[in-house]
Amino acid sequence: MLAASSVEMRKVNKYYGKFQALKDIDLSIPPGKVTCLIGPSGSGKSTLLRCINFLEEYDSGEVRIDGQLIGYDAPNKKMSGRRLREMRRSIGMVFQQFNLWPHMTARENVAEGLIRVRRISKADADRRASEALAKVGLADKSASHPSRLSGGQQQRVAIARAIAMEPKLMLFDEPTSALDPELVGEVLSVMRTLAGEGMTMVVVTHEMGFAAHVADQVGFMEKGELVSVASPDRILHRPEDARIQSFLRTYHERNSF
Amino acid sequence: MFSLAVFFQSFGPLFWAARYTLLISVLGIGLGIVIGTLICAARLSPYPPLRRFAAVWVSFLRGVPLLVQLLVFYYALPVIGLDVPAMVAAVVTVGICASAYISEIWRGAIAALPKGQAEAAVAIGMTPVDVWTRVILPQAVTLSLPALINELILLVKASSLVSVVGILEITRASQAQAATTFRPLEVYIAAACIYLLINLCLAALGRYLEHRTAV
Repeated sequence: MLAASSVEMRKVNKYYGKFQALKDIDLSIPPGKVTCLIGPSGSGKSTLLRCINFLEEYDSGEVRIDGQLIGYDAPNKKMSGRRLREMRRSIGMVFQQFNLWPHMTARENVAEGLIRVRRISKADADRRASEALAKVGLADKSASHPSRLSGGQQQRVAIARAIAMEPKLMLFDEPTSALDPELVGEVLSVMRTLAGEGMTMVVVTHEMGFAAHVADQVGFMEKGELVSVASPDRILHRPEDARIQSFLRTYHERNSF
Repeated sequence: MFSLAVFFQSFGPLFWAARYTLLISVLGIGLGIVIGTLICAARLSPYPPLRRFAAVWVSFLRGVPLLVQLLVFYYALPVIGLDVPAMVAAVVTVGICASAYISEIWRGAIAALPKGQAEAAVAIGMTPVDVWTRVILPQAVTLSLPALINELILLVKASSLVSVVGILEITRASQAQAATTFRPLEVYIAAACIYLLINLCLAALGRYLEHRTAV
């Protein structure tokens, strides 16, 4: 069983100049559970996700990982770079555009963080990298550069890069949105396995099927507000809020033919 | 009549003079890379005074012809009591001038990298030094290789300007040859051939490096 983190967000606000991207976000993410965030584009889902590892600096409120405030030591007092890096070590992140480093092979991409951040010897890091690649079904691609891999394979390498660091929390920022439809399944299946192992996962997604079947709770966002957080069934099948109903109607119309 | 004999005889002394051309170009680009990297770092730093200094440095050195910079540098230094050999003045001026272009080449290459490249490194807890040395710079170097080779070729040609401070590089040597042989056409065509030869070699080196660093 993995050690899994919990996340508590309290009254989190984020501004880009005058534009308020996040409005008083309150969200509890229980350990070992999968939380999916859905909503129209531009609603603040990715911004919220990126506040959890402080890749995006929230302006007020609190984000706590296992009770520990991230980004700030006290209100208006930024945390030191070293402390922030320590906290980020146990938070894995997977991006929409994969963000693999093109000048490194798949194995080097995965081993890099182990060597530089975890200070593991190169031999050990290579071994662990191979294990992580095997776990996402890419043992045979470890010597390939990202440009030689399909989008789905690249995203699986990116997941391997994150899980090799043995995180206690994984953030997924629209992990399948940049993929051709036929490659979405392989990435979702890796994510499903990870969820089954008890990893705390926060997933920004447009894959309603994944949210319906894998999520423990689903949050719906619109215009910077977290409108509702509830079970997948409540949000996806019996939504009460008109905004959720309208979003799902658009989604279904677009996906039916 | 074009004299093949004079043409071929010109190559000896001109090849000998080419050592200055090469020395100035290679040392110049070396110095330019060092200073240009610092200027680029200043330009991208979070400190406004450093950024302004770098911006002024670039626009000034890019806006004044190298020939004028050479003359100013060469004649200004003795005024402040520094008597440097012409060769040193030449290398330093060429290097400083190149630094302006090279810092812009770096800046362009770094700006061309997707933001996610650094974010992925930051997200797993890499230090800023590691983010730069392991993720950003290796890619920026690869991206900027064609532009750097281009700059080096420009420098080889621009080094002809240092003849004004009395260095006997290819151009000045060919002027001297032309004056003693009274056969300017043959001599200058020989000079052109040597420049071309050098630059074809540099272009080939560039292609080799690009091929080696390609992903």
